[in-house]
Amino acid sequence: MTDVAQLDQSILTDIAAAADEAALEAVRVAALGKSGSVSALLKTLGGMTPEQRKEQGPPINGLKDRVTAAINTRREALKNATLDARLATETVDVTLPVRETPVEAGRVHPISQVIDELTAIFADMGFAVAEGPDIETDDYNFTKLNFPEGHPAREMHDTFYFNPKSDGSRMLLRTHTSPVQIRTMLAQKPPIRVIIPGRTYRSDSDQTHTPMFHQVEGLVIDKGAHLGHLKWILQEFCKAFFEVDNVKMRYRPSFFPFTEPSLEVDIQCKRDKGEIRFGEGEDWLEILGCGMVHPNVLRNCGLDPDEYQGFAWGLGIDRIAMLKYGMPDLRAFFEADARWLAHYGFRPLDFPTLAGGLSS
Amino acid sequence: MKFTLSWLKEHLDTDASLDQIVEKLTMIGLEVESVNDPGKALALFVIANVVSAVQHPNADRLRVCMVDTGDGKPIQVVCGAPNARTGMVGVFSPPGTFIPGKNITLGVGNIRGVESRGMLVSEAELLISDDHDGIIELPADAPVGTPYAAYAKLDEPVIEINLTPNRSDCTGVSGIARDLAATDIGTLIPKTPKPVKGEFPSFVSVTLDFDSTPSLCPAFALRLVRGVKNGPSPEWLQKRLKAIGLRPINALVDITNFITYDRGRPLHVFDAKKVKGNLVVRRAKPGEALTALDGKTYTLDDTMCVIADDAGVESLAGIMGGEASGCDETTTEVLIESALWEPLNIAQTGRKLGINSDARYRFERGVDPNFMVPGLELATQMVLDLCGGEPSEIGVSGKVESPEKVIEFPVSELKRLAGLDVAMPEMKRVLTRLGFFVAGQDANVKIAPPSWRPDIEGKADIVEEVVRIVGVDRVPFTPFDRGTAPRKPVLTALQTRTRKAKRALAARGLTEAVTWSFISKPQAELFGGGSAELALANPIAAELSDMRPSLIPGLIAAAQKNADRGFPDVALFEVGQIFKGDKPEDQLTAATGVRRALAKANGAGRHWSAKTETVDAFDAKADALAVLIAAGANPQALQVMPGGPAWFHPGRSGTIQIGPQNVLGHFGELHPRALQALDAEGPLVGFEVILERIPEGKAKATRAKPVLELSPFQPVSRDFAFVVDGKVKAGDIVRTAQAVDRKLIAGVSVFDVYEGTGIEPGKKSVAIAVAIQPREKTMTDQEIDALGAKIVAEVSKRYGGVLRG
Repeated sequence: MTDVAQLDQSILTDIAAAADEAALEAVRVAALGKSGSVSALLKTLGGMTPEQRKEQGPPINGLKDRVTAAINTRREALKNATLDARLATETVDVTLPVRETPVEAGRVHPISQVIDELTAIFADMGFAVAEGPDIETDDYNFTKLNFPEGHPAREMHDTFYFNPKSDGSRMLLRTHTSPVQIRTMLAQKPPIRVIIPGRTYRSDSDQTHTPMFHQVEGLVIDKGAHLGHLKWILQEFCKAFFEVDNVKMRYRPSFFPFTEPSLEVDIQCKRDKGEIRFGEGEDWLEILGCGMVHPNVLRNCGLDPDEYQGFAWGLGIDRIAMLKYGMPDLRAFFEADARWLAHYGFRPLDFPTLAGGLSS
Repeated sequence: MKFTLSWLKEHLDTDASLDQIVEKLTMIGLEVESVNDPGKALALFVIANVVSAVQHPNADRLRVCMVDTGDGKPIQVVCGAPNARTGMVGVFSPPGTFIPGKNITLGVGNIRGVESRGMLVSEAELLISDDHDGIIELPADAPVGTPYAAYAKLDEPVIEINLTPNRSDCTGVSGIARDLAATDIGTLIPKTPKPVKGEFPSFVSVTLDFDSTPSLCPAFALRLVRGVKNGPSPEWLQKRLKAIGLRPINALVDITNFITYDRGRPLHVFDAKKVKGNLVVRRAKPGEALTALDGKTYTLDDTMCVIADDAGVESLAGIMGGEASGCDETTTEVLIESALWEPLNIAQTGRKLGINSDARYRFERGVDPNFMVPGLELATQMVLDLCGGEPSEIGVSGKVESPEKVIEFPVSELKRLAGLDVAMPEMKRVLTRLGFFVAGQDANVKIAPPSWRPDIEGKADIVEEVVRIVGVDRVPFTPFDRGTAPRKPVLTALQTRTRKAKRALAARGLTEAVTWSFISKPQAELFGGGSAELALANPIAAELSDMRPSLIPGLIAAAQKNADRGFPDVALFEVGQIFKGDKPEDQLTAATGVRRALAKANGAGRHWSAKTETVDAFDAKADALAVLIAAGANPQALQVMPGGPAWFHPGRSGTIQIGPQNVLGHFGELHPRALQALDAEGPLVGFEVILERIPEGKAKATRAKPVLELSPFQPVSRDFAFVVDGKVKAGDIVRTAQAVDRKLIAGVSVFDVYEGTGIEPGKKSVAIAVAIQPREKTMTDQEIDALGAKIVAEVSKRYGGVLRG
């Protein structure tokens, strides 16, 4: 019995002393190998009487189990130590910067973003989006919109013209998106509810004017659409677009050839250190023009003004973008300065929705 | 249109405050642009007594004055005005006063050794006239020590309204008063001119001579007043004119200016003695010239209407009189003209000659035809009152035609168009006060607009009149129900493509630019445009002269500008219109991008993690394919062919098409010559695809996606490296391999292309990985090998490829 105990002691000491997996393997072979010390003891069991086996078997088998377990434990410990030692040599400098992903770097221009915002707001009110060509006829840009031939109101538009054709007619760059109203009314039967965003042109260039700019117009033609509806739509639009709970608006009678009555709309605001806030303050800021579609315009589009009626409004996309997002200078919109675009542009996944917020 | 509050009150009896009037004006459509209160600016200028004025010890032209402002403590002032003298009463400004005419703020001065503590000022220095010959002299009884502005009635607020082009009736103060009186803010003071009896027939006759051309002058009234004594107009009149920025000239001229602003009725006065013979109203003869009252000489043509005598043109009709026949202090016989002109012709002539006069402003809007003669009577009375004299009878040539318009107006129109309920009495009151005649009490009334409202055409105009006077605020906000229309997408296919294209390109790291729709002619020509029909007749600059045929030149210029600013690695895109002709269908939507220098798709600039590489054709190709696929193109259908338009590098560019008939776009490295012409430096790559050319997807009955088939059998991959001629296209090898078995071969990718050591010169090695997806059973090695052999055989047969050893 003392043999077993001694052996137990000595093997466990060897196991603990094994410095690496090879040494441990040597201990294992010396104990449990074919001619190992424990194997030798196990072999003696075969020559024993049942009584001897009953007495000596358990200690010998116990020795085997303990040695096996100790070896496994030690092996696991040595393995971990080896791995730890290896990993300790394998380091990277995690402070090295990674590349900006393209989706972080790319930008959508504020004009595109605002058009998407407008689309979201008006689609919710049942408006479709209509578009038309930039190169227009005099007829669609002026005459059908009730600008009489030679009328001074035409001159107010600083029109870009193309050279006259052989028949004397000449094309022009649309001075407003209103010719698309004409195209829509000619192409489509009422009820009509559209917004018309697009590029417009006037030969004018200074601090606040660029020869190219963007407008959005709205057009509703129906049997009962009146000024009260127009007021309501514009109020709802301003609240939604400027993302404020309340907005105070002022409707002033004005004049446009294509509407009668015509109104200009001011929005109440507070100016503070170059920042404009809506829904508070005492200042008025003109933001759009609107009115009931002029009976002559309806007639020019084949609609009977005693049967159909409607309203239209128009405003500058660039301008409302500036008001909402605080760009100080219109000209910068078209200069493609990467710094300006990175600052005022929008990330590609910031898609404006009414559900998720237009700009949040 | 400018006027003062007191002038308005000559026509409007009201207790309303300035603020209330200003607010009301804006809310009835006469938008107040500014209210200028000169009293504020002139507050420090006080009336002072010059106690003594003695010769300056060191300067011949200067005097040293002691000035008393009423507190008995005279102040020493050095003054250079010739009229500065002891005992006079003038206007003094202490140090710290801003002198508007000199644009300086006074300090304490030392002039040639004498201290000067302020200034005696001239009218020019206060900007109240051009008179700078001397300092202001006031009557001896002027109240010393009180503000000059109040004494001189210069403290009157001046209101300027931004008059819309339709409101000719409000180019006179009386018209503005009428509009205000239609609201409840005051009562109109009627001032109908009384006829003045003519004492003798005029000896100047007027002929309207337009021969066979359309008349430019419907009617012309003229009256002679003889024995007048012209000179400075009375102070009240001068003040009135000065307050709104007009320079008093002499009584006769001032009267015409006054009536222009008071009644919106421009008049002209000729010195009858300077008129040779009779007057003819006619078209100018081409090349005829007139030196007008502004001192400038204008060359005229036969679209313009003039008043001429035997000596030639004397006046530019309805716009400006001539210098030669103008009235001055020597005038003793005056011809007063009150006429009607064709508004469009006045506008065109004024525009052509670049003359903006008070007369043009009114005539191009259209004056009240029925006031032609009353206006002349009013002028006559004023001439008699201010200059004396004896009037002739009035001679009228042509005919005053005032259209007798009657509008049938169902009262329900107010509700129909404006959503507004206005009771009949109120509606009638508003219209009547505006001068409309309303007949009837029923649901339908007849309305006749007054002669001074040429803008009123029909029912909608009547609605506007009522709405603007009762106030747009009374129109109730009325929710506009979207109804039961189904919630369908509201964007067209092209609109959806456009917005997807923008987001897709931004997600690839490009930044969206918006560049001008017009570029220079050489640039347009370089990119396939520049045709005559797309050239602007009146560009604002030579570099913005032609509609762009492509977005590439604009984007390259923008990229270069950024590089010049120190940001060389830019990737820009634009989705916008390009023009192939001037018809609507010639306008296409291009999605275009450029990448410059190190602006690679996986990140711009140098980075420790990878070798620094400049942009190449494949960056542009990846962008082009990405935007096409995002916009709805079927990737399998897209073919890439080598080469592109002339502005691309011939060997490093490609064309994306769906069959040769439908070219969707191009990509590649920009041609060095194109860059040179655009003054840009590479490396620059770009792409341009046309969104309209993407075929529409088939409309589907259901939104469900096709059934997903997942094979239970393990996929296998086999690699093949072919050595082929250097000109063989990898895309062809891929397509050939794929075609060997469309069912089993799930995909073919190119994982290596190699030229160099170990490969014969002129040849290259193309290594492909073929993904095999068994469909019905696991494939045996023999079956897989057989498939591989087929691939090798096909590639060898078609492209002479041999397996690399």
